[in-house]
Amino acid sequence: MIGVSLLVFREVLEAALIISIVSAATRGVARREWFVFGGVALGIAGAFLVALSADFIASLAGGGGQDLFNAGVLLTAVIMIGWHVTWMSSHAREMVQQMQAVGGAVKQGQRSLTVLLTVVALAVLREGSEVVLFLYGMAAGGVGTAALVGGILLGVGSGGLLGFILYRGLLRVPLKYFFSVTNIMLMVLAAGLASTAAGYLVQSDLLPAWGTPLWDTSRLLSDDSFVGKSLGILAGYKSRPEGIQVLVYAAILGAMSIGTRMQRRHA
Amino acid sequence: MTSILIYYGRSLLGAAALNAALLTAIFSPANAAEVPEFNLVIKDHFYKPSELSVPAETKFRLRVTNEDATPEEFESTELNRESIVLAKRTILVYVGPLHAGTYSFYGDFHRVTAQGRLIVK
Repeated sequence: MIGVSLLVFREVLEAALIISIVSAATRGVARREWFVFGGVALGIAGAFLVALSADFIASLAGGGGQDLFNAGVLLTAVIMIGWHVTWMSSHAREMVQQMQAVGGAVKQGQRSLTVLLTVVALAVLREGSEVVLFLYGMAAGGVGTAALVGGILLGVGSGGLLGFILYRGLLRVPLKYFFSVTNIMLMVLAAGLASTAAGYLVQSDLLPAWGTPLWDTSRLLSDDSFVGKSLGILAGYKSRPEGIQVLVYAAILGAMSIGTRMQRRHA
Repeated sequence: MTSILIYYGRSLLGAAALNAALLTAIFSPANAAEVPEFNLVIKDHFYKPSELSVPAETKFRLRVTNEDATPEEFESTELNRESIVLAKRTILVYVGPLHAGTYSFYGDFHRVTAQGRLIVK
């Protein structure tokens, strides 16, 4: 049961932290709960679909299908987040004013629900498909139903709880700075996702590594430690990044800061 | 609601187009130069061999074959690699060039047994 719960926990934590940031970033938008639940439901359905077609996906692109698929899922999330971040930079102020005026949900920002739904669904799909394959293997390998269910509940419960704690913590940020904080968190999240996507393309030889690794900070902060793992999910921390991953990270972060600055000037 | 759907459709199309463009750019002929290949087999949730010697400062690829009836995930934080290997399937994972040293890898679905090391020299 513990083995099952540990893997489920690692995967759920990743999706849960992403969901909590995106949920916080769409604070105040009417009816967003439905889009979070809708995204999770779509993601779970997608996870089963991906797990079932894993053999087919892997066979695509001369055997590099799995890496391309993962990179594609991650880059789609990056594009959605980038679009939201640039839009938000010119609308955050009026949204805050409206929220203070009506003291709750506002009509604006409905389009950010698209981002919410997609990013949530993609995060759940990516982590969930791995969980489905893992659980299938455990069940086929003779792990009993009680241990499986117990492991799933423990893993989903503890991962979900940590996501919820992050979400509640973010809501305590004063409204004045709130969207600046969530925007920065979204930008580093997107940069991290993009650098992970680059990693997938390096391992299937579609991108050069340009330094494996460029540096090694594993003695300072290991990827497997709780802080290292959380920072890995939230900000793309890798103790031994490849050169191309650092480059992609910096490029995405740079593009998004330029995008938001230009948008703000227009507003 | 309709406007949400329209936005949704547009952004998805945009994302898909951008992805397609990125992937085409990436798909430029991969370097066909000979890359040395090393075999790893997963059997009964163990890696065989559990220690593999590979050359330093050379890009190589691992051919990982899963002989078990259940899926495994070849993973290594030290090598920055992770890839699912379905039952009775083989994957290729490109690694390096690496500096001399020891790098551990494991099977994420069976961490207790599936442990191995690359000896790079």
